[in-house]
Amino acid sequence: MLPLNATIVRIDEESPSVRTFFFDFQFETMKPGQFVMVWVRGVDEVPMGLSSKNSITVQKVGEATSKLFELKEGNSFGLRGPFGKGFSLPSEGEKTLVIAGGVGAAPLAPYAEAARSAGSEVHTVLGARSADDLLFEKFFAETGEISISTDDGSKGTKGFVTDVLNSLDLSVYDKIAVCGPEIMMASVFRLLEDRKVLERSEFSLHRYFKCGIGVCGACCIDKSGLRVCRDGPVFSGVQLLNSELGKYTRDASGRRVKI
Amino acid sequence: MYTLTGLKFKNPTILAAGILGTTGASLCRVAREGGAGGVVSKSIGPMPKTGHPNPSMVKFECGFLNAMGLPNPSYPSFLQELDIAKKDSGVPVIASIFGGNPAEFKEVAEGLLPAKPDAFELNVSCPHAEGYGAAVGSNPCLVEAITATVKETVNVPVWVKLTPNVSDITCIGSAAESGGADAVVAINTLKGMAIDIESGYPVLGNRSGGLSGKAVKPVAVKCVYDLYTALEIPVIGVGGMSSWQDAVEMMMAGAAAVQIGSAVYDRLDIFSEISKGIETFLQRKGYSDVKELIGLSHEMV
Repeated sequence: MLPLNATIVRIDEESPSVRTFFFDFQFETMKPGQFVMVWVRGVDEVPMGLSSKNSITVQKVGEATSKLFELKEGNSFGLRGPFGKGFSLPSEGEKTLVIAGGVGAAPLAPYAEAARSAGSEVHTVLGARSADDLLFEKFFAETGEISISTDDGSKGTKGFVTDVLNSLDLSVYDKIAVCGPEIMMASVFRLLEDRKVLERSEFSLHRYFKCGIGVCGACCIDKSGLRVCRDGPVFSGVQLLNSELGKYTRDASGRRVKI
Repeated sequence: MYTLTGLKFKNPTILAAGILGTTGASLCRVAREGGAGGVVSKSIGPMPKTGHPNPSMVKFECGFLNAMGLPNPSYPSFLQELDIAKKDSGVPVIASIFGGNPAEFKEVAEGLLPAKPDAFELNVSCPHAEGYGAAVGSNPCLVEAITATVKETVNVPVWVKLTPNVSDITCIGSAAESGGADAVVAINTLKGMAIDIESGYPVLGNRSGGLSGKAVKPVAVKCVYDLYTALEIPVIGVGGMSSWQDAVEMMMAGAAAVQIGSAVYDRLDIFSEISKGIETFLQRKGYSDVKELIGLSHEMV
C-alpha cells in the first residue's frame, strides 16, 4: 500500500518530550501492539506503535520525530499500516498484568483498554524517569489497578518497574504484556524467567526497520532469525529465550551495536 | 540434489540477494523453515553503508518498489554472519558483493573468503545506488574486468547479476561470460517511481527505485530467453517468481534455476511450495529430470 494521508486533528502534550498526534481516520482493524510506518515527507519514515485507532504517541528522539514535533493541527504526514503482530488478548475472567516503561506505555494503553473490555482484571505497572514522564497514568488507572515506579522517586516506588514486580505474586496473572526500553525489558524478562511465568508473557521489541513489511531482513533478531516488523513486534517470552534481547541490536547498516 | 556451477542444491529455488539476507540467522531460517535450495546474502561492500532514507519499500497490487541503497555492514562485520549461515543453513551460501571498480570487488571478495562462501554473486545491477550496481553494470568493459578480477581472486564459482535497464542485456551477459563468469543471474529490478499525490513528494526516500514482483515477470522471462540463446554459461532466472508455474515458465525460457525475492512477503515457505510444485509437474508431464525443462520453449517452433 502507498502511504495514507493523515491530517493532524489534535496534539496532546503528554510530557516534556512526548506528544500524541491524533489523525483524521481510524485503523478499524488495529490490534493493540501493532505499528504504523510514519512518513515525515522529505525526511524519513519511522515505525511507531499505535496508541489508539487514530493516534501515535511519539518521543522526540531523532530527525524524523523532531520534524514531526514541528507539525501543527491541520498539517499532515503519511501513514502505512497497521503492520505486525499485536499482543494477544486475555479471555473473560483472566488476569492481565501490563508492564510499561517510558514511551513503551503507548501501545499498552489500547491493550489495557481492550483487555478490560474483554472482561479481564487489569493491573498496570507503569514506570518512568520521573513523575513528569509518566505516560497515560490516568488512562491506565481507569482500566484497573495501577502501581507506579519512578527512577528519581518523585512518584510511587523509587526505582524501576522490577522493584514493583518484586513485591507482586506474578503467578496469579494469565497474561503479562511488556513494552519499554530494552534494558528494562531485559530485566523484566530475567525476573519473569526466575518466577517461571515467562510462557505467559509477551514483549514488544524495537529494532531499526527498513522495509517494514517483512521482506528486507534488516530487523531480524538472533538466534531465531524472526523479523521484528512482521513476526513481531510482539513476541512471546519463550520466543525470546536465547535471543539478542538486552545484548545487542543492529544499526541501519546491519552492524551489531551493544545495548 | 541439483547441480549448478558445480554446487549441489537441495532444489532449484534460491533466495535472491537483498532479501532476508542481512544476518546469518535469517539466512538459516530461509533455508530451514523456508525450504530454499540455496541462499544469497545481502550485497556486501567495502565500507559500512546505512542506505537511503525510508520509505525504502512500498507494495502495489502488481509488485514492489524499493530503494534500499545497499545498506550493509561491510565485509569485516559480515564475516560472522556468513560463518553462521555456512555452519547452520545446510545449503550452499552465496555471498553477494558490490564495489565501484574491480579493485573494490577484489577487496570485498578477498575479505569474505575466510568464511568460505560457496560462490560469489557480483551485484553489477542495483538500479539506485550512485557509483555502484547498474552504474558499473551497464558498461560491458567494466563488467568483464570486474568478473575477471574476482575470478582471479577466488576459487569458487562466480555468478554475475545483470540489470535489465540497458538497451541489450545479452551484451552485458556476454561481457560477464568473457570475464570468466560461471553463470549469470537475470534480472535485477526495473527502474521505477511512485509519487504521493496528496503532497507531490516521490514516495521513496531516494525518490526513485526498482520494481520487483509480478509486474516484472514477463520482462525477466524475455531477458532469460535472450541470454539463454546468447550465452554458453547457465542463466539463473529471477524476477516476479511467486508460484511453481512461474518457475516452470522461467526454466522453459532457459533458466537453470530460479531465485525468489519479493514473494517471501506472502509466505516464507514459498521455496518448499515452488520446489514441490515443480516436482509434481515433472511427474504429471512424465519428465525424468528438471533439466529437461531448461530452455524447452526454444525448441518449440
